[in-house]
Amino acid sequence: METNAPSPKGLECRGLVKNYGPISVLKSVDLFLAPGTCVGLIGENGAGKSTFNSLVAGVVAPTDGRMWLDGQPYEPHSPSDAIQRGVALIHQEIRLLPGLSVAENLFLGALPMKAGRIDRRYMEEKARAVLATLGVHVDPRRPVRGLTMAVQQGIEIAKAILRNPRYVIFDEPTAAVGETEAEQIMGQVQKLKSEGVGVIYVSHRLDEVRELADEVVCLRDGHRVSHWTERPVPKDEMINAMVGREFTFKHHPPSPSRDKVVLEVRDAGHSGAFEGVSFDLYEGEILGMAGLIGAGRTDVVRTIAGADRLDRGTISVDGRGIRFRSPKGAMKAGIFMVPEDRKGQGLNLDRSASENITLPWEKKLAKFGQITGRRVAEIGEAQKYRFDIRGRMSLPVGAMSGGNQQKVLLAKWLVEEPRVLIVDEPTRGVDVGAKMAIYKILRELASAGMGIIVVSSELEEVLGLSHRILVMSEGRQSGILSREEATPERVMSLAVSG
Amino acid sequence: MSHANSNTDEPVKAGRNSEAQTSSERLVALGGSVLRQVPGPLIGLIAVCIAFSWMSPYFLTERNLVNIFSQISEIGIMAVGAALVILIGGIDLSVGAVVALSLMVNAWLYRDFGVPFVFSSLVGLGVGALVGLVNGVLSTYGRVQPFVATLATMSACSGLALYVTNGGPVTGFPDWFTGLASLRIFGLPFESLLMVTIFLTVAWWLTFRPTGRSLYAIGGSEEVARLSGINTRQVKILVYVIAGFLAAVASLVLGARLDSAHPTAGISDLLSVIAVVVIGGASLAGGSGGMLGTFIGLLIIGVLRNGMALLNVSPNLQPVVIGIAIIIAVMLDRKTAN
Repeated sequence: METNAPSPKGLECRGLVKNYGPISVLKSVDLFLAPGTCVGLIGENGAGKSTFNSLVAGVVAPTDGRMWLDGQPYEPHSPSDAIQRGVALIHQEIRLLPGLSVAENLFLGALPMKAGRIDRRYMEEKARAVLATLGVHVDPRRPVRGLTMAVQQGIEIAKAILRNPRYVIFDEPTAAVGETEAEQIMGQVQKLKSEGVGVIYVSHRLDEVRELADEVVCLRDGHRVSHWTERPVPKDEMINAMVGREFTFKHHPPSPSRDKVVLEVRDAGHSGAFEGVSFDLYEGEILGMAGLIGAGRTDVVRTIAGADRLDRGTISVDGRGIRFRSPKGAMKAGIFMVPEDRKGQGLNLDRSASENITLPWEKKLAKFGQITGRRVAEIGEAQKYRFDIRGRMSLPVGAMSGGNQQKVLLAKWLVEEPRVLIVDEPTRGVDVGAKMAIYKILRELASAGMGIIVVSSELEEVLGLSHRILVMSEGRQSGILSREEATPERVMSLAVSG
Repeated sequence: MSHANSNTDEPVKAGRNSEAQTSSERLVALGGSVLRQVPGPLIGLIAVCIAFSWMSPYFLTERNLVNIFSQISEIGIMAVGAALVILIGGIDLSVGAVVALSLMVNAWLYRDFGVPFVFSSLVGLGVGALVGLVNGVLSTYGRVQPFVATLATMSACSGLALYVTNGGPVTGFPDWFTGLASLRIFGLPFESLLMVTIFLTVAWWLTFRPTGRSLYAIGGSEEVARLSGINTRQVKILVYVIAGFLAAVASLVLGARLDSAHPTAGISDLLSVIAVVVIGGASLAGGSGGMLGTFIGLLIIGVLRNGMALLNVSPNLQPVVIGIAIIIAVMLDRKTAN
């Protein structure tokens, strides 16, 4: 197997293979990571990135292939083993205990002891110091509950750093945060790099990868398909390598006629979340909603969709004022919301895709008050065809890839056509191919006359998809821009205007 | 039970081997593929039945089987309600106490106030539904955890059951009512038919009615269900009302059989009822389980109790065996789920 000796410095992987039964998810992948450098790892969902991370971090053992750490054979048999050898994985999902303090979370599993008791002072001082080096300003004594996603992500990173790792894998650290927070996190990665730590950076946000990575590796279907060693890596090359076909980013939706208002929101407010939101949504229009995480975008759309209470202001659909107190009421009025959190709010991952899709519709689909499994399967198959969902509709939806889950989520709300469709982060954690498919669906719905609100943390997505953009900042509406006015700079300046 | 099983497994195997040596392999292979389709609890039920029929010649007699059915009717009716509550991720600790309270209220009104028995029974059923309503409202609008809410109503109901007659039992129901306990239709006890009817009705509701089906959605994730336009609070309250009402129905079965109302009647049934649901494959986390599993769980408990009585196992040891059965059932379930 070995053709030449492993490098004495760095993390080296050769011919990594992982099979799950007859299914091969990783097919002979090589990667070399030198200290103080960053390798960007890109690929569509299901390309094998997460599996690769799991192998390197000792979560699962490879079926074949070898790894070396600074010239020594490296065969981690557990995550803690990997951490001891100096390799840390920072998970995509935040795994902090909300009830414990920041400091306790940081030291969990290795609480400093003094005279048989936990040495709180040492713990808090150390926590404060580590957080400060990362630029995370938070009191280590406060509980994690209620902290923003970016701060929580920073704590995750601090937790890894406390174990003094020499190699760190970031698995989509910015998937759930806005632009400013993402920049903070990237700053933390840069800092690690400058301290001599080797970083593997996995992200769907190609601009981040271009900015951080010294080398970029692209996986597709478990194969390493491309490897760039010179900066800057052209973005279209990256996209083409990921999707395996020629591909261009083009957003040219036709403008709506703007003569019929579908949704009218006036001075809407929800105590503690947002105030004074007013806008009109026209038939056939896609209204983007931009802003930083925590600016209240999700709160606004949740309130419009009846999931949260409307404390002040009015909402009308087709000129009729509505007072509803539940998602059920909003649906009756013709407002449907595709929630941002697939797992917690959108889908029941243990149930089949078909059952998930028919859930909001069972009362309507029932014949003589009865709904049969066959009817559910019929609707599921129809939606599968319409939304190009890949996978068996009768299997638990949790078994599908992120992109297909997102399509199932859209399909669930589009068994019937609503007047107003709200989509919150429609492409989070979704690969480029599925992303394009979702954009296409949204545009088609709009051109058929539906009013659509798109909430997104990806500026490019909001700018490319929307006819107009409403920007939120700290619970207030800081402006509405037409497509002609909307440049990334203007949107950002409104988002931080406060 | 592990003991009993290992003792009986061997003779069964030996018998099969001597009878059909050549086809035994094929049978095992076929059995393997069938077993994977069959729900885990059913395998347990068959195993227990084979074991007892081996150990006691009376076990498989028609009379004994009818007996088993008759003995489990009351727990079975309660278990239907408990299964629904567990399906939505809740728990109802008050079912046993509701049996006691609704039976006592019923008997008390009938004896001390001369209320016609049909009406006092209806009031008893209403009491059950009312306690369920309280449980439901507390655990939805009141935001009290169902464990705590139903713990409180359990305490209150068992106290009230004693209070109405100052702790004294009531005997002497109308003859037509106690006659129901010995009524046979097509050779089957009336109470068993009632139980089976309830099982079938609820199974139909869970499979084919939108509201029934939404229980699975609520148990899987309440927020997903709510955002899907389901009035989750209303459905949850309905489920607790059903559970309370069915406990009151069970109290009538009990009253007819005993021809008396005792203020602590049914209180000890709580654990059996939860055992039935859990052995039937439901998860206390909600979202899984159903009427078929619950019915099989009920039969397992019924057969175990009956078989142990036939074998003269000490009544003090019987709960130990039930406890072991719960653990085995849950562990097997975990294994097949993986």
